[in-house]
Amino acid sequence: MTDLTKLTIADARAGLANRTFSAAELTEAHISAIEGARALNAFVTETPEKAREMAAASDARIASGNAGRLEGIPLAVKDLFCTDGIKTTASSKILSNFVPSYESTVTANLWHDGAVLLGKVSCDEFAMGGSNEASAFGPVINPWQRLKADGSIDPTPLVPGGSSGGSSAAVAAHLCLGAAGTDTGGSIRQPAAFTGTVGIKPTYGRCSRWGVVAYASSLDQAGPIARTVRDAAILLTSFASVDAKDTTSVDMPVPDYEASVGKSVKGLTIGIPREYRLEGLSPEIAKLWDDGIAWLKDAGANVREITLPHTPYALPAYYIIATAEASSNLARYDGIRYGLRKRGEDIVDTYEQSRAAGFGPEVRRRIMLGTYVLSAGYYDAYYLKAQKVRTLIARDFADAFASGVDAVLAPATPSPAFGIGEISGADPVEMYLQDVFTVTVNLAGLPGMVVPGGKSSTGLPLGLQLIGRPFGEEALFQLGQVIEDAAGTMSARKWW
Amino acid sequence: MSVDSATIVRVAHLARIAVAPEEVARLEAEFNSMLGFVEQLSGLDVSDVEPMTSVRPMQMKMREDVVTDGGYPARIVANAPASEDDFFVVPKVVE
Repeated sequence: MTDLTKLTIADARAGLANRTFSAAELTEAHISAIEGARALNAFVTETPEKAREMAAASDARIASGNAGRLEGIPLAVKDLFCTDGIKTTASSKILSNFVPSYESTVTANLWHDGAVLLGKVSCDEFAMGGSNEASAFGPVINPWQRLKADGSIDPTPLVPGGSSGGSSAAVAAHLCLGAAGTDTGGSIRQPAAFTGTVGIKPTYGRCSRWGVVAYASSLDQAGPIARTVRDAAILLTSFASVDAKDTTSVDMPVPDYEASVGKSVKGLTIGIPREYRLEGLSPEIAKLWDDGIAWLKDAGANVREITLPHTPYALPAYYIIATAEASSNLARYDGIRYGLRKRGEDIVDTYEQSRAAGFGPEVRRRIMLGTYVLSAGYYDAYYLKAQKVRTLIARDFADAFASGVDAVLAPATPSPAFGIGEISGADPVEMYLQDVFTVTVNLAGLPGMVVPGGKSSTGLPLGLQLIGRPFGEEALFQLGQVIEDAAGTMSARKWW
Repeated sequence: MSVDSATIVRVAHLARIAVAPEEVARLEAEFNSMLGFVEQLSGLDVSDVEPMTSVRPMQMKMREDVVTDGGYPARIVANAPASEDDFFVVPKVVE
């Protein structure tokens, strides 16, 4: 029998429908792959027994002709989505024993459609980071390795990106057919770019945030990581819903995104933002971008330069807004109702000791910065100003779309995956610069998708980013397929 | 703008995070690096700009003011570090 972990979701769906293999066999193949890949440290909690139960139930539904849209498809879920009866840690010590008694809306949608849970995957603690090094359970290793100039393998362990680094590594290493991630400043798209996978952050309000551990509520969105554009479209159709439990869930019907895959892009207009040609942009990223432009032109799209003049202010505004919201959201971790408690001399000391012991350094840093920018005397200078800058950034995109642009094409990251420890040094700002091409999309609440577009001189995947109009995900799937057709899908050489 | 060590201690207390004396200097340096980074915004005039308060333009959803959930105290305290008779046990608050 063929290796079932090599299938796409679309292939697996067909194989299950034709009874070429069972959901139980498909799940078993992935459980074995996970057991053989512990060196990657992608999973915080493996749930093989739960997976077998769910797969058996899927086989029963397939047999009775009641298969759901994702029936029998084994997935991994970022450990930020609450799962009923299954430990949910946000990769933090403070939640290391937390077992929710409820299910997030997004994962409930997946199980409703028949998907199978393989386990909970690692992330940067509370989704704060760009490398998955800031997990309380150790870094995740990227399945990709660099090539040296002579073509031999450089075994330096690389990061899988972050914060959804467990999700991207598990998908790239064929440990699951797809994974759930979340994206606050690039946390789906940058890991997808670093692992040669496809990731989409939908429009703010498209996927419910209910039951997802909150980082920065006005920026957080859930979305899938998969190995093909079609698979990402299949998954997003199940992720998205209208949910009364999330007041920012937008009341719009969910289209069948897969129907957009393969549709012609003739006549679509693609904007190329001048401001993203950063000074010092690496020549291989510039070439990747030019290749993407050429592929979309060849497919019949019109390409023209646009200006997004407030781009340089996006990262600083992001770090003010995200840390402010984090300081408020994470106030709930006080060692009283759930989570780690460290006894202090009195109640306040108990809070302070519990939070100092439970949060890692990056989370403590961001909570403190957020506390500072919201504190008396600084609110106007920092937080209010950042909210105004956010208006300007959203307006830049709105102006481009009003002038007839259907989508924007840009790089996903300024570089390919870097080595563990290479930039998690003394200055936190260095890591923040990873998000330079992605945060604007969260600030403006737009959909953004990353598709592999080529490889670096060191043999690592590089991603192209497509940014859409609000609720313009369908155009992204159309355009993404054109890039995938030209660049092909890519797979890491197995070494683990 | 930059902060001094007294500000770090004050902010840590506001954030309810214990900071050891030997951590203050490192935090001060990191804080000033981050504040230096966000300082770029001071070059931009936003006096005529409205702050963004809603990501997508939409009406706040309203619902009936009725109880829709609850009645399971055991589930609520299931993750508590300490609980007794369906109550959270907390350190002494009132002397």
